[in-house]
Amino acid sequence: MAFSKEEIAQRIAKEIKDGYYVNLGIGIPTLVANYIPEGINVVLQSENGLLGMGPFPFEGEEDADLINAGKQTITTLPGSSIFDSAMSFGMIRAQKVDLTILGAMEVSENGDIANWKIPGKMVKGMGGAMDLVASAKNIIVAMQHINKAGESKLLPKCTLPLTGVKCIKKIVTELAVLDILPEGGFKLLERAPGVSIEFIQQSTAGRLVIEGEIPEMRLD
Amino acid sequence: MINKVVSGAEEAIKDISDGTTIMLGGFGLCGIPENCINALVTKQVKNLTCISNNAGVDDFGIGLMLKKRQVKKMISSYVGENAEFERQLLSGELEVELIPQGTLATRCLAAGYGMPAIFTPAGVGTEVAEGKEVRNFDGKDYLMEYAFDADFAIVKAWKGDRAGNLIFRSTSRNFNPVMAMAGKITIAEVEELVEAGELDPDYIHTPGIYVHRIFQGKNYEKRIEQRTVRRKS
Repeated sequence: MAFSKEEIAQRIAKEIKDGYYVNLGIGIPTLVANYIPEGINVVLQSENGLLGMGPFPFEGEEDADLINAGKQTITTLPGSSIFDSAMSFGMIRAQKVDLTILGAMEVSENGDIANWKIPGKMVKGMGGAMDLVASAKNIIVAMQHINKAGESKLLPKCTLPLTGVKCIKKIVTELAVLDILPEGGFKLLERAPGVSIEFIQQSTAGRLVIEGEIPEMRLD
Repeated sequence: MINKVVSGAEEAIKDISDGTTIMLGGFGLCGIPENCINALVTKQVKNLTCISNNAGVDDFGIGLMLKKRQVKKMISSYVGENAEFERQLLSGELEVELIPQGTLATRCLAAGYGMPAIFTPAGVGTEVAEGKEVRNFDGKDYLMEYAFDADFAIVKAWKGDRAGNLIFRSTSRNFNPVMAMAGKITIAEVEELVEAGELDPDYIHTPGIYVHRIFQGKNYEKRIEQRTVRRKS
């Protein structure tokens, strides 16, 4: 069974270590916040200018002045801090943020990522994604392995305009966990429960590297 | 104390004319200068170049100016959630320059710090890098990005005093302080205008030297774009 979006988020949450400052992108990455293991202290950065992002407010306690980068109403936590946009990207550029988790439309086998534009169709913009991927020392991409038409989104080379070059090292999809090798190629680390290696091979257009036994993904 | 107070939005924007380049603070609809945007719509200035992280929504924020076709060019990092914007962009009526959010913020900062340019890795190897100088420092490539040159910066603060000192509230701070530093003329609208001396100098976010005009705003709608809540269990 392929993983749901929630399960992808849950699997990624296992990569978060105690003491991490983490930036979560919009979409599946936002869900990761719900699965951070107990006893692990993590500070979430929101690039509109907040460290220490808390949960959604209780109904009736929404504050228009307090939102996250997805423009959702949120709360602060004890120890939170607020800063301007330049400082926010200053701490990202200076690699003070330990882990960035973001979504992608395409990733290539050499670690390029595309997630901001479909020429002639969608023009939402890159927001902070280009800054994040250019500077982050540790990036995990949360994405669908195949699109609605069944086509692979893990490619030899991205077809859409790039967000960043040779920057992605780890990908978690509904089918698998993969590392991008320094010399290029998607190295299969884990597969979703019941998903065959053959199916992952079929669903990966880029070079897939399979070595030894591939365990199933575990969420506990 | 140099008094920066003007009567209101209309007076504050009186010399913003057709073809001007203006910066507008805010992230999404959070911390946007609502009063000045409304005054610009009423004044019907045209052919504006707007530097702002986002372009508002269809019926609020900069979206109001787009609807009246007052904007010639938009310089932003993220412009989703605005159907009229997308229509004008895809039909070629509106010129748009999309730039990385950190680059946008830091180009403001550079202007306010008197630095002509910055180097950032954001956009290296992408279409953002086209035509830009690339420099290699310690084995990594960086793009040279110029400081912004804006005629006016319009920001929204929580509190301000008659000397133009500003304090922002929560995440409505966002781009406001860096844009306040970057305008040749900076206009600040505030929710609460106080006498000089009422704000603690230790807690000022933007020193009044950067602010040329300040006024007490009114009727803030403070619209929420994505109202997300949890239930009390």
